[in-house]
Amino acid sequence: MSAQYSDRKYVIIAIFSSIILIFLARLFYIQVIDDQYKLTARNQAFRYMTDYPARGNIFDRKGRRLVYNQAAYDLMVIPRQVKDFDTAEFCTIIGIDKDQFEKKMLKAILPPNSSRKPSIFEKEISVEHSAILQERLYKFQGFFLQPRTLRKYPEPIAGHLLGYVGEVSEKITDTSSYYRDGDYIGISGMEKAYEIPLRGIKGTHIEVVDVHNRPMGSYMNGIYDTIAVAGKDLVCSLDAVLQEYGEKLMQNKIGSIVAIDPSTGEILAFVSSPGYDPNLLIGSTLPKNFRLLQQDSLKPLFNRALMASYPPGSTFKLVMSLVGQNEKVISKSTTFFCAGGYNYGGARPLKCDAHHGSLDLTAGISRSCNTYFCNVFRSVMDNKKYKKMEDVFTVWRNYAISFGIGAHLNTDIPNELRGSLPTIERYNKIFGEHRWHTSTIISLAIGQGELGITPLQNANVVCIIANKGFYYIPHTVKSIGKNPNDPSLLRFKEKHYAQVTDTAYYNVVIEAMNEVVKHGTAAASQIPGIDYCAKTGTAENKRVINGKVIQLKDHSMFIAFAPKENPKIAIAVTVENAGWGASWAAPIASLMIEKYLTDSVSRPEIEKKMLDADIIHTNIIGKQKGY
Amino acid sequence: MREQKTIFQNIDWVMTGLFLALVVLGWMNIYAAVYNDEHNSIFDISQKYGKQMLWITGAIIIALVVLIIDANFFTAFPYPMYIISTIMLIAVIFFGREISGSHSWFRFGDFGLQPAEFGKFAVGLALAKYMSGLNIHAADLKTKAIAFFIILFPAGIIVMEKEAGTALVYIAFIFVLFREGFSGNFLLGGFFTILLLILALLVNKIVLVIVLAIIAIAIGLFIWVSSRNKKKAKRGLLGVFAILVIASFAVFGVDTAFSKMKGHQKTRINVFLGKEVDKEMKKKAGYNINQSLIAIGSGGVAGKGFLQGTQTKYEFVPEQSTDFIFCTVGEEWGFLGCTFILSLFLALILRIIFVAERQRSAFSRIYGYGVASILFFHITVNVGMTIGLAPVIGIPLPFFSYGGSSLWAFTILLFVFIKLDSNRLLILR
Repeated sequence: MSAQYSDRKYVIIAIFSSIILIFLARLFYIQVIDDQYKLTARNQAFRYMTDYPARGNIFDRKGRRLVYNQAAYDLMVIPRQVKDFDTAEFCTIIGIDKDQFEKKMLKAILPPNSSRKPSIFEKEISVEHSAILQERLYKFQGFFLQPRTLRKYPEPIAGHLLGYVGEVSEKITDTSSYYRDGDYIGISGMEKAYEIPLRGIKGTHIEVVDVHNRPMGSYMNGIYDTIAVAGKDLVCSLDAVLQEYGEKLMQNKIGSIVAIDPSTGEILAFVSSPGYDPNLLIGSTLPKNFRLLQQDSLKPLFNRALMASYPPGSTFKLVMSLVGQNEKVISKSTTFFCAGGYNYGGARPLKCDAHHGSLDLTAGISRSCNTYFCNVFRSVMDNKKYKKMEDVFTVWRNYAISFGIGAHLNTDIPNELRGSLPTIERYNKIFGEHRWHTSTIISLAIGQGELGITPLQNANVVCIIANKGFYYIPHTVKSIGKNPNDPSLLRFKEKHYAQVTDTAYYNVVIEAMNEVVKHGTAAASQIPGIDYCAKTGTAENKRVINGKVIQLKDHSMFIAFAPKENPKIAIAVTVENAGWGASWAAPIASLMIEKYLTDSVSRPEIEKKMLDADIIHTNIIGKQKGY
Repeated sequence: MREQKTIFQNIDWVMTGLFLALVVLGWMNIYAAVYNDEHNSIFDISQKYGKQMLWITGAIIIALVVLIIDANFFTAFPYPMYIISTIMLIAVIFFGREISGSHSWFRFGDFGLQPAEFGKFAVGLALAKYMSGLNIHAADLKTKAIAFFIILFPAGIIVMEKEAGTALVYIAFIFVLFREGFSGNFLLGGFFTILLLILALLVNKIVLVIVLAIIAIAIGLFIWVSSRNKKKAKRGLLGVFAILVIASFAVFGVDTAFSKMKGHQKTRINVFLGKEVDKEMKKKAGYNINQSLIAIGSGGVAGKGFLQGTQTKYEFVPEQSTDFIFCTVGEEWGFLGCTFILSLFLALILRIIFVAERQRSAFSRIYGYGVASILFFHITVNVGMTIGLAPVIGIPLPFFSYGGSSLWAFTILLFVFIKLDSNRLLILR
């Protein structure tokens, strides 16, 4: 019988072997060809967790902390993983009621959130609450705590400059591959400008979870993980003590102080008043406080030092002196006669404050004579070397630009205003082509008219004079991490030259500015033991109120650098609607200079007067000036 | 006739080696499947892999005992063993512990014994004894009836234990009968029966019967036209008609039989067939197959590496150490590992067939085919289930799956054959 059917073994072997071959073919398909299972396996067993690095701290130039991080936790939820739990207990711990709970839960499920993905259930749980929660979290499946860092400011200063951090907008998440919903990003100031070094680099780690979503450790000992890189600390150029002092001096005043070290371009103080406590714009309190600050009629969010444009007033006379000398139409000894005004052929002459009589350039500057500078302007404009008004105007304009007027300085603080420097086109539009000439635009001579300059630009002009011909781009960061030569900082180490380079011309102006302090308009603001140079300014300002052009009280302006030899600080102070430059801006500037250079103040009575002065709440509408 | 000098004399080392390889590989994969860091010693007997080590030790002792026992014992007493086994199968229905709905386990404290696993061995022996008897002719109706009785009687009891999956294994003996001269129609019949049952569940029954009828008429016409001997043709036609009637009954009978199946079993089969079932049930049963596919599919060409599996280790795959142990192979060793393991199994089966064919004794040959068929059926259903080619029927992968009963039963099954083979030159049966 066995021999009879022995061939049947081949049938059986064939059946057995072919089944195994079919299995191998099937295995080849699902394991080698089809990727679907590999993807599903990853989605099931892997959680891609983001590691947020600590944001860099910011220190002032002397190592004092300006911004640091404070720990907080976001309570996250993955709705799908939520199992039945004691809602009442849960709500009590985080301090919400049942309605809120349901709302938050719904929000976590509905688009753009998803019940499969983690989303924020409750933001910024305090450290105490999170400790309680952490202990009981095992009862609340699907919830977990994600550490977050909130910015904290030990002193409530420099809010405008430091900027703030907030949740990233949809516009950014749509275009950036780095940011995801709920991430934080620097929104203004240094936080925005230095976002990349400050934020560091997010890391991800793959966490393997079991079927019950319990974390089972890292995948393959983390060989596919990327490690988060901590943000770098910044050393800010600010002097925190000077900044704080400046903000105090400017309390109850509208205006700004910009102080720069002319030898480096580092910003030492950057005050915009009224300001705000940067601690208001943190985390979940940000939107509410931001709205309140926005609604404030004094516009505390507005960075006046960077974004307000004022007519430079008399400080522009310094630039005119340099341009006149460089064009060789005036010299130190050029004299003009002042009879109390400059008659440019209009109905009324451009007035001077006094009958100055015969003045040379030094006296013209130190006594701030309008007549003198109208004559300087005319000399420049009527230079025979230029055939057409447009040509000479362009020459003049280029001088102004080279002094950083009417152009972006490209500082590292975002949203810098260019200010206004009139163009040929603009005058053509106002007066008609070829219908304007020197006397039409004579008010430019004294820094009025169509000129607008920001306090930062004003301070930069002072730096150029202090440096006798060049400036470094004003900036706020000394070093990134420990590296002062970070590539992004190299542009701040380049000298930018004004079109006037002859130091002799500067010496004339500097002597005159020194005279301003010694015997001129700023004589009341002398600092014992410090020989410095300054120029007062009084900028007219008009505003349309109820359809009528109203002459408002002048802006008090003052620029200075100190000491005269080897300058360490250049400063521009603007106090809006405060009147004479000598009365408010000058003492404030002198106090700042003294504080910075000597670390003390020798004139307490002036200091007290400045600290106590409340200029905001006095009448800002000045008497009508008729001309 | 000479006596054996040692029990290892004439042992087939190929089969023994493959057995040891599979057992050790199975142990490693159980270790990987239920691995946890707290108990990372493979010898930790509080864990399944530690227990499996004890089962393996037991299996080796059993193998030695089988080799020591005189081969005549197995040839002399198949019927008493068959009877004892059958009594045990019946007894377990009344005295066994109920485990998830089925009465198939004797429990002695921590230790469990499943008579159904050993029943295969008894049936294999009894079938070999009967079929190797004198005056047995495959063509005789009596032979057929008794052979089928030997196979189906214990299977029927096992169905009553509600272990339909295990009972199904007995179908494997059809290969043995085929080898011994039963008509190939039984093989075809078995194949078509399975096909028909599956179709009956899938397709509208009336449509299926009409299609069957059309095929039957076509075959009938072909027989009528092509044959000259009209008498023979008439008989052929009668046969075709009879088959059609039986098939139709079977088709309509499936529903009845099916509706009597246990809930979970029904769902498993429905899921395999892709039919809409109660959503929640489907979710659960379909989940198993899907997770199994994900685990194996994610292994890729070379796998994730030993102990690196995520799907099997972290309980995504159900029963990962028993019925779904092949998932661990697929996930951690990839296509190459699967190919290797399946090759080992195929090598073992082919070796058994080769060795069976060299026996002078019909008893040994028939028994060998029984062993090969049982192993083959288990592998086919178990692996087929994990890769979605067979319905989810909970039967173990021989030598691999965690568990004492099945490992010991397969060890006895195989080593009795090795023992018989070692004696092939000594005794002529």
